[in-house]
Amino acid sequence: MSVVSLTVNGRKVSQEAEDRTLLVYFLREQLGLTGTHIGCDTSQCGACVVHVDGHAVKSCTMFAVQAEGCEVTTIEGLAKDGKLHPVQEAFRENHGLQCGFCTPGMIMTAVDMIRRIPELDRATIRAELEGNICRCTGYHNIVSAIDDAAKRVASEAKGKTA
Amino acid sequence: MIPYPFTYRRAGTLAEAQTLLGRSADAKLLAGGQTLIAAMKMRLAQPSELIDISGIKEMSFIRAEKDAVVIGAGAKHFEVATSDAVVRAIPALAELAGSIGDPAVRHKGTLGGSLANNDPAADYPAAVLALDATIKTTGRSIAADHFFTGMFSTALEENEIVTEVSFPVPERAGYAKFPNPASRYAMAGVFVAKTKDGVRVAVTGAGPCVFRVPQMEAALTKSFTPEAIAGIGVDPSDLNSDIHGSAEYRAHLVTVMAKRAVAAASHA
Repeated sequence: MSVVSLTVNGRKVSQEAEDRTLLVYFLREQLGLTGTHIGCDTSQCGACVVHVDGHAVKSCTMFAVQAEGCEVTTIEGLAKDGKLHPVQEAFRENHGLQCGFCTPGMIMTAVDMIRRIPELDRATIRAELEGNICRCTGYHNIVSAIDDAAKRVASEAKGKTA
Repeated sequence: MIPYPFTYRRAGTLAEAQTLLGRSADAKLLAGGQTLIAAMKMRLAQPSELIDISGIKEMSFIRAEKDAVVIGAGAKHFEVATSDAVVRAIPALAELAGSIGDPAVRHKGTLGGSLANNDPAADYPAAVLALDATIKTTGRSIAADHFFTGMFSTALEENEIVTEVSFPVPERAGYAKFPNPASRYAMAGVFVAKTKDGVRVAVTGAGPCVFRVPQMEAALTKSFTPEAIAGIGVDPSDLNSDIHGSAEYRAHLVTVMAKRAVAAASHA
């Protein structure tokens, strides 16, 4: 057992965890943040993607103790003051989901890719979604949602600098 | 999936990692963990202790030298893919790093981890072997030709840690792979590198361990064009055969990927 201290969605948390506890179980079962999903056992599906120190990672392929001192953001940490994050808003408006199981991971991956890549085209979006699987195969609207979100984020950034 | 229990230790320096490693009979080093943790979840690996070396600063660097790019073993795939030094000197290496796994995997996985594991379908071994890189460890320097010794096996001794890799800058280089549609690991990946001394061709994914193709190297040294190797195949009897493809299919892919790698290198 180790005591793991980290910041999750801006809140400092400190809890005991077994060394073998994967970050995703720590988030879901110990902190009750069940928005982060577990869709596979093979690190392939991406339903568990969260941000650790600003980078998208698979929380099922990292131990909670490795996140000691890190800043973790989960899907629950995106909306601010009751207002959806622009990527969440774009998924809602473009119907970027069918059953919704993969959606938290898709959105966390989308937020990361929009931050990293200034000019996203649809082909790049598809390539960047390599680690996120939608078993409903609803990729078309997911790509549209990310495309739309990237434009929203860009225009928001423009508004801020203007 | 929950791994077997183990004790987690964090090493702040290389010296500390070596001490911890020397103290335990079956400890494993944890770098990015993108292969190891997946194997532990499947209970295919059962180390009693994990020594986390991901925070060791002295292994996390990328440095441009006069005729080489030196990359710390702790450099993550996304750092190599987006490094100005790598993109300028060996764009094919940056491209290769940017094609490993997926974005989330690239944010964690490291160069040293990939080499020490020597997965038959890993991308980095092809670049290391074709570019005639030198692998520096806590004890010595190992030439790429002597480093990869077989499936999941390397020349590394017990308790020896990869610290950095020096990649000589080639005149031209290119990488092409045919990823398995499900796992995205290379079914066949070919890295070609042309230097003033000639051409080296390294193949990953197709056989049990990365290997060179001397016949292609000779042909490309004479004429660095895809056509020069169009008629050269590798012997399928040395290649992998599984549910994803027969050895003959992989042999075919090797020639196709080699031609594409040369074409890509020509346009670099």
